Order: sequence, then C-alpha cells, then structure tokens
Amino acid sequence: MEAGMVTPAPALVRFSGIQKTYDGEHLVVKNLDLDIRKGEFITLLGPSGSGKTTTLMMLAGFEVPTHGEIYLSERPIKNMPPHKRDIGMVFQNYALFPHLTIAENIAFPLSVRNTSKAEAQERVTAALRMIKMEAMAHRRPGQLSGGQQQRVALARALVFNPQLVLMDEPLGALDKRLREQMQLEIKQLHERMGITIVYVTHDQSEALTMSDRIAVFNDGIVQQIDRPDALYEHPVNSFVAHFIGENNVLSGTVEAVDKDYCRVALAGGGTVTARAVNISGAGASTSLSVRPERIAIVPDGSSGDGPNRLPARVQNTIYLGDHALAVLEVAGNGEFMVKLQPGAHHDLTHGESVFITFRPEDCLALDPV
Amino acid sequence: MTDASLTRTEVPLKRQLKRAERARQVKALALVLPLLVFLLFTFAGPIAGMLWRAIEDREVRQVLPHTIAALANWDGKDLPDEKAYAALASDIQAARAAGTIAIAAKRLNYALNGFRTILTGTSRNLKAMPEPGAARETLVKINPAWRERGTWTTIKDAGGPVTGFYLLAALDLTRNADGAIVAAPPDQAIYREVFARTFLISLSVTALCLILGFPVAYLLATLPPARSNLLMIFVLLPFWTSLLVRTCAWIVLLQSKGVVNDSLHWLGIIDEPLRLIYNRFGVCVAMTHVLLPFMILPLYSSMKAISPAYMRAAASLGAPPVTAFLRIYLPQTLPGIGAGSLLVFILALGYYITPALVGGAADQMISYFIALYTTETANWGLASALGAVLLLATILLALVYGKLVQGQQVTGGMKN
Repeated sequence: MEAGMVTPAPALVRFSGIQKTYDGEHLVVKNLDLDIRKGEFITLLGPSGSGKTTTLMMLAGFEVPTHGEIYLSERPIKNMPPHKRDIGMVFQNYALFPHLTIAENIAFPLSVRNTSKAEAQERVTAALRMIKMEAMAHRRPGQLSGGQQQRVALARALVFNPQLVLMDEPLGALDKRLREQMQLEIKQLHERMGITIVYVTHDQSEALTMSDRIAVFNDGIVQQIDRPDALYEHPVNSFVAHFIGENNVLSGTVEAVDKDYCRVALAGGGTVTARAVNISGAGASTSLSVRPERIAIVPDGSSGDGPNRLPARVQNTIYLGDHALAVLEVAGNGEFMVKLQPGAHHDLTHGESVFITFRPEDCLALDPV
Repeated sequence: MTDASLTRTEVPLKRQLKRAERARQVKALALVLPLLVFLLFTFAGPIAGMLWRAIEDREVRQVLPHTIAALANWDGKDLPDEKAYAALASDIQAARAAGTIAIAAKRLNYALNGFRTILTGTSRNLKAMPEPGAARETLVKINPAWRERGTWTTIKDAGGPVTGFYLLAALDLTRNADGAIVAAPPDQAIYREVFARTFLISLSVTALCLILGFPVAYLLATLPPARSNLLMIFVLLPFWTSLLVRTCAWIVLLQSKGVVNDSLHWLGIIDEPLRLIYNRFGVCVAMTHVLLPFMILPLYSSMKAISPAYMRAAASLGAPPVTAFLRIYLPQTLPGIGAGSLLVFILALGYYITPALVGGAADQMISYFIALYTTETANWGLASALGAVLLLATILLALVYGKLVQGQQVTGGMKN
C-alpha cells in the first residue's frame, strides 16, 4: 500500500519480520515489516495496546525484538545499545533532567559526545533561538509550562543532529489549543530541517495533520501504511475506515460482484451499490462504510434517484458551529451521521421521514465488523 | 470608575482574607497543641534543664555562703584578708553542723584534685570558732594549703551562680590560678579524643551505610512492586527487633568462639580466631547493621521519585550507562543521600548501648561518658556540659546540611 510515491527515497529504517512478546504467550507485535524513508514524517497510529509504542521502543533500543531484525542505514541494530544508535527521542512526559537548567539540558547530548565547549555553546544558543526561549536558558524545567518544556525536549532531541528523531505521544499532556499549535511547529521544524521523524500517537487528527505517511496499528499488526488522504479515502478494511475520521457502518450481504463494484443487501432492508474493497465474493457478509460528508438528505418522494437511496428517520440534530450533524436511523443503524451545512439542521424535525442518497464510489464494502 | 470600586473593596477583602486565614490557623494550632504541650514537657524542658545544669554552679555557694561573699571583692593577686578566713571558718562550722560539707568538697574536688581532703580535714580539726583575728593562723596551722592562692581561687571560681568550668572541662580546658583559659592537665584531658572518636565512628558508620544501602535502595526502587515489597520487609525487619537483641546477636556471631570464627576455622582459612568483637570493627559492624534502614529509606524515597524516563532519555541522547548514572541519576539522589547520611550520622553520634556491649575500652563514645557521669559519679554538671557540646555540634551539622540542600533546589520536571 504505497500509493502515490513516484520515486521512493532510500529506506533509512527497515523493520524486517519483527515480532515482540513480553510474556512468551501473546505477541504484542506480530510480524512487522516496515520501511521508513529518509526525510519523511511517519506516524505510528493506533489504539493503546496496538503495538505502536513497543515498535518505537524497539527502534530506540529500549526493547529487544523477540524475532526479526531492524536496520538503520542498512546496519542491523537489534543488539546495539540505545546510546550508540544516534537517535533523538522526545518522551511523553518530556523527561527533562530536573537538576539541570534548560541550557544544560540541551547541551547534555553534546557534552556526552565531547563536543568542544565553543561549538556546544553555539549550537545550544541556536537551538534556544529555534524554540524562541533564549531568555529562559538558565531556568530549571520545573519553572516552565508544559508547552515550554515540550519545546526544550524537542530542542534537546534535535541539537545533536541525529539521523532519526522519535516522538512518543509528545503532545499528550498539553491542552487542545497548545497541542494544535505545537503540531504546526513540529511540522514546520520537520520541513525546515529535513529530518526523519517517527511519531507515535493515538490521536488520528494529530496524525492526519502532521504526517507524510501513517502506519495504522491494531492488534500488533500494521493494518495500512499510506498518505493521510489515501487512508481517509481508501481504507483497506473496516478498522482503518473506523479509526480514521467519522464513519457510518451498515452491515449487509454481498449479492453480486461486478468488477470494482458490488450489490449489497442491507440487514435492515434495501440494497445499495458499493465499491468492492475488501470482500471475499458473492454471499459474504460485509460492512459498508460511508463518510458523513458524502451523504445528502433528500426530502421524501423527490425524483432523480441514484442507485443508493435509503429511507431514514431523523433522530436528532447536533449544532457544531462550522457544521451540523443529523443523527438518523437508517436500515437499523440508529446512529447514522450526516454532515449538514450550518442552518440546514433547522429544516429537520425529530421523527421526520427523509431519504438519504450517496454515490456508489463513496460507499465502501469492507470486511464485516 | 473601576479603579474607585477596586480601592473601595480592597481593604475589606484583605480583612476578610485575614479573618478566613486566622480561623484556619487557630484550627491548625488546636490540632498540634497536644503534641506541642507534650514536647514542651518531655523534650524542650529537659534540654533546657540540661543546658542550664551545664553552667549552673551552686553547691559551694550553698555550703560556704559567707566565704563566697567575702571573696567577692578579692582581686586574686594575693592571699585573701582575714575576713575571708573568718567567714570560711564560720561556714565550715555551720556546714559541719548541717552535714553538707561533703557536697562542697565533691564540687571543689572536681576543680582541684585533693580539695576533698583539705576541706574535710579542716572541718574535722576545726574544733571551735577561732579567736577574732586569728582565723588565718588557725586554718593554716590545720592545713598549709590555706596559705596557697590556688586553694582560694578554686573556691572563688566555684562560687557560681554560673560557671564555664564544666563546659571548659568538656573541651579539655581549664582555668589556671590567674583565671586564664589553658589546656587541662593530660590526665584529665580525654574528652577531645572521645569527641573525635565519636565523630570518626559515626562517620565510618555513615559511609558504610551509604555504600551498603545505595545498591539496596536502587534495587528496591527499580524492582516490580510485588518483589520490592518483599525486599522492603527484610529491610524493615531490624526495626521490629529490639536493639539489644540485635547487638547480642552480633556478639554471638563475632566472638572468638562465635559462628564466623568457627566457620572460617573449619574452612581452614584461619588458624587463630580473628578478633572481630570488643574492638572498633565490631562497633562499626553492629552499628551499621542497626542504622542501615535509616539510610535505605530516605534513599529509596528519593530514588522512587526518579522516573525511569530520565535514564532512557539520557541513553537516547547518547550517554553510556555509567555517564547517565553519574550525571543524571546520582545528582537526583543527592537529597536522599544527604537526608540519609545526616540521619544516620546524628543517630550514630548518640549511640550508647551498642558500643558499650561490642566495643573495647578505646571504642567508647561520648554517650558512654555522659551515662557514666549521670549514673555512676553523679557529676551532673560535666554530663550536661558534654551533652551540650554534642548538641551544639549536631545543630551546627544540621545547619550546614540545611545550607547545602538549600543551595541546590531540585524540583522535578516530571512531577509538575
């Protein structure tokens, strides 16, 4: 699933057949193969326990794979201790050394590398300027806000020019507004410095905002690796469709398959045409996925029917400022969301019967949930 | 408009705040009051009493009041005048009748060896009050010591009501006949050595506790909870055993026919039993064992607060394990090291029973002498003075420690 990349850059990191178990019974990571290209911003996205953090820890060197090999610049690093890997890391809780000042924290990776005093001084100053915190060089981490600590942690992980930077849910402890601001700052840093970043998060909107590519993890397996837009538009299975963005699910049975499309009989009545993405063939059960913004509500009895026209009953409307949502009951699904223009929600009344319609290419037939 | 309303409301607001806080302060005070009263009677009171006894001097004043009065204006350059001799004669007569002569004799004997004999002999031989004007002659005839200036300066010095005599003695100092502070005669100058020994033993025990306790505390802080709890029980076990029992256990283990010597002999490592007890080695071993938990617990709590993420961060930034330990881990345990060392050191300074049981004569610490003077010779003044010097040294150490800790305020970036 590497759509769209015309000239793939050489792989900086290659996970090859990686497995990891902590207790000898359950595999936390099951057979991972993953290439990370030089200069890209890749996000490991998934719910907690999906294996994404374990994958990152194996790359950093804090966990050893049970099976398989990891290559960094073509060199196997499975048994290389973390301090020799030349990988910068930003931790969830920043992990700034509390007994050192900001400047000393940033200088730490330079001083353990025996960088000359003058050069270290210069690079620390440059790093402080980069995060716009020159004035706070002599404060201690405890005196800084969460966002400032996060910037320092970032500067500390970048100051020694590592070939790779890992970030383990670095924005998890920040409030929403600051988080969004930091997302942009990190993204800009990435573009300006051309560094390779591996980012772990469970927040799908964060992943969509920042990443060049996203690897969606679930249950120890990479479900799909792709560009954010491709993940959203072309999910390969129900998990990805559900995890990325809002999604309506209708379950049914495949009646007939015709090339890329199929006819599906809904469990709650009615038939629709859907794009055949992940079905085994006629007679198989399937979950249909339709995004809320790809659905139109048409009044009862209107003409010009497309192939997909289903009766619905209005349950509720939710006003969200820039848009509104209609909650409908469609074919047995009582939480079917349709995105409306703000204001349009006034036209719908509770209990009203309407029809919804969507294009076949916006409806994906995926594996049954 | 807003400014005006602000200034109008500011004063009542402050007053309200004060009132609200006062209620809370009263409540807090009420909660700690019982303990405060308890401590006042059982801790502050006795300590004040001890400090007072270290400088109080009233025995001679009680027994020989007229002599002290007569000597008040004596310049100490020549022998005192006839009036002083007459006062002494009458005081001795009165004291003999009251049976208090021994009290003064004991006190004066501290200052001048042999004074007991002088005073009791004079008392015995002074049958009647001497003729007016012949007091000096009579007394000198009874004991020629009354012709010596030092005899009289000793009495004047012991006249009180306060004296530096005991404190000086605790520091191996004394006053000569001219009132100048000089070193005490060698046969009495033992306390500086005892203090030095006390500090040296305490320091050794503190160092041993730190060296032995640090790895244990580290293990406790890093093991998974179930196993670290089990280990913690072993650390705390000594707390639940009587100090005396533990010390005696060491005697059983270390004596010349003890478990250790027998095992070593059986293994053929030694031919002669090693001298493991009734010497400095035994004292240090037993004290270290007793005091180890006081080192481990503060270390453990300071290490528990250090997130493992710091060491990971240090490794990811390129620090080899030893560098990461020395530059990141160790500095963060300094408050724990300081607290544990201070605790162990101060507790060790006051140790009495363990050195008394497993130490030799040359291993007795200052508490032994304090106990000796309070229980055996009843020299409360000197016991108190030794206690006061020990207290002062301990307070100084605590202040130095406080200054050191204040200097390097450690607040965790992880914790807030």
